[in-house]
Amino acid sequence: MKRPIRVLIAKPGLDGHDRGAKVLARAMRDAGMEVIYTGLRQTPEQIVEAAIQEDVNVIGLSCLSGAHNHLFPEITKLLREKNADDILVVGGGIIPEEDIEGLQEAGISAIFTPGTSTVDAINYIKEHARQ
Amino acid sequence: MSNSLKQLRAARKDWEDGPVAKSIGRFPERKEEFVTLSETPVKRLYCPLDIPDFDYLKELGFPGQYPFTRGNQPTLYRGRLWTMRQYAGFGTAEESNKRYRYLLDQGQTGLSVAFDLPTQIGYDSDHALAQGEVGKVGVAIDSLADMETLFANIPLDKVSTSMTINAPAAILLAMYIVLAEKQGVSTSEIAGTIQNDILKEYVARGTYIYPPKSSMRLITDIFAYCSQQVPRWNTISISGYHIREAGCTAVQEVAFTLADGIAYVEAAMGAGLDVDDFAPRLSFFFNAQMDLLEEVAKFRAARRLWARIMKERFGAKNPRSMMLRFHTQTAGCALTAQQPDNNVIRVTLQALAAALGGTQSLHTNSRDEALSLPTEDSVTIALRTQQVIAYESGVTATVDPLAGSYYVESMTNKIEEEALNYINKIDELGGAVAAIEHGFIQREIQESAYTYQKSVESGDRVIVGINRFLMKEEKLPELLRVDPKVEAHQKAVLNRLRQERNNASVQTALQQLGEVARTDANLMPTIISAVRTYATLGEISDVLRQVFGEYEPSVIF
Repeated sequence: MKRPIRVLIAKPGLDGHDRGAKVLARAMRDAGMEVIYTGLRQTPEQIVEAAIQEDVNVIGLSCLSGAHNHLFPEITKLLREKNADDILVVGGGIIPEEDIEGLQEAGISAIFTPGTSTVDAINYIKEHARQ
Repeated sequence: MSNSLKQLRAARKDWEDGPVAKSIGRFPERKEEFVTLSETPVKRLYCPLDIPDFDYLKELGFPGQYPFTRGNQPTLYRGRLWTMRQYAGFGTAEESNKRYRYLLDQGQTGLSVAFDLPTQIGYDSDHALAQGEVGKVGVAIDSLADMETLFANIPLDKVSTSMTINAPAAILLAMYIVLAEKQGVSTSEIAGTIQNDILKEYVARGTYIYPPKSSMRLITDIFAYCSQQVPRWNTISISGYHIREAGCTAVQEVAFTLADGIAYVEAAMGAGLDVDDFAPRLSFFFNAQMDLLEEVAKFRAARRLWARIMKERFGAKNPRSMMLRFHTQTAGCALTAQQPDNNVIRVTLQALAAALGGTQSLHTNSRDEALSLPTEDSVTIALRTQQVIAYESGVTATVDPLAGSYYVESMTNKIEEEALNYINKIDELGGAVAAIEHGFIQREIQESAYTYQKSVESGDRVIVGINRFLMKEEKLPELLRVDPKVEAHQKAVLNRLRQERNNASVQTALQQLGEVARTDANLMPTIISAVRTYATLGEISDVLRQVFGEYEPSVIF
């Protein structure tokens, strides 16, 4: 039997809005994935370390404070430095459309903006996660 | 049951068996069950049978009289409209000062300061964890110098200022007090509010610093200091807003907010304060969600329940101690990124609920806030929405116009009753602090949030532009962006301050603060002395971190 997809849901930076992160974490768990949630106020270093230690296939980042352009690319950079860039990184939050291209170039595979259904996010992960 | 109710019951049965059955036979209703936004079942029709024991004087009374169901003021908006108070602030103190003066020129009547996250969590702008966050969700304030810039040319005896600040509330209040002194305004004249509600930070908003015990001490120190020195200051804004944003129901919003309120009252009484010395300055903050009539009932139920708690449970004698005065903000989580102009209509309905519910002040969200901070155009429309409701809609001409509606009264009773059940449950767990430490409140919120999400994704709950009536959008709205140079600028200002101030007096003040923090003495006077030396918010917070430690949340999902 195939191992379930393992996901780290993470809140980088100082933002405290975690409704979306928790709803998605729960929906992923209900969809059969193994989900770890970091809690608030994680540095990029802490997130990357947790992802490697927990041997996850996917990191889901959530940020609603506007600091995404600073924080998300920092995480993909650290993953590359640790040769862990096979981990799929996706993100969500209050992220303007015009920032999405830059984030994708920085290695964030997809950005899910407000209104995205959990089903769509889960399907994306199932299609793209490397196991 | 009285004869007239018996007759009514028989007549209702005839109506249901006759015209209703016939109508449904030909045209079935659109759904099997109708529910409110909070999943409370809604009946086809409400009539006197739904409020059988209705006692006007006991349940409602008159506005300005116990139990304040119909409002806190006898004439409400006929006397004075609610305060139109748009929460604003971003980037540097200079930019935010410009936005405030613009809003005041447009007819806004009170200020509401949004701080950036480093400020809210007690970090200076040059702290490692502040990087990328400086000036993003609000203005960056590192020291008294930034506050002087923020309020330049704004006379503090003429405006009332609300500050959304919690863990470092004492520091920002101290800065405001010193600023007033510098403007020659007496502390007995300044008016405003600090949010200062740490309990909801632990469950919903996330800007906590210290563990509950020390946080509660800071809060009661503020209550005690202000009751003597700053009598017109609202020392706390006990907030359901963020709990609702995190996904709870209307009943849970009332229950968890008032349970937090009970914890603050108990802490202050435990510290030896007389209830009537501090309770008149407690204020509240609620959400206005989409379900118009449920929200009106919620505001009324909250007012009545708080009055009963203060009188019966805490023995308050002053009617002002029993009044639940509240600010309202429309629901950020109801805004959609899709077809964002539709949000103007959503905000209108939510703001109408707040007006019909008797709010004391109101913030209306802007249409573009699911995408970024609002532009000046969007903020203007949001403010105009309030002005149209206030001056054109007619709802301000009479007090509590929906009273006596069978549906609204029945819903008001139900919300009060169910909220009280939750409060009893929280009491059994040992009060709000213990319920938070158990994770009870967090789990309840998450359960409701997940239920809501599933109802949207299954299509049971229709959200225009999200799961129905979609359209392809091509034009991207113009968005406000915080200049990335803000962070560097703020750090340069801070660096210069650290060099130019008298660092010996800063060190003395910080050392004294540490000493007082280790005793039971009131912290406010020493925090004010420290602020006066231009000690920074981060430096003051760090001294308290060393004494109090930091809160370690348990991760629950």
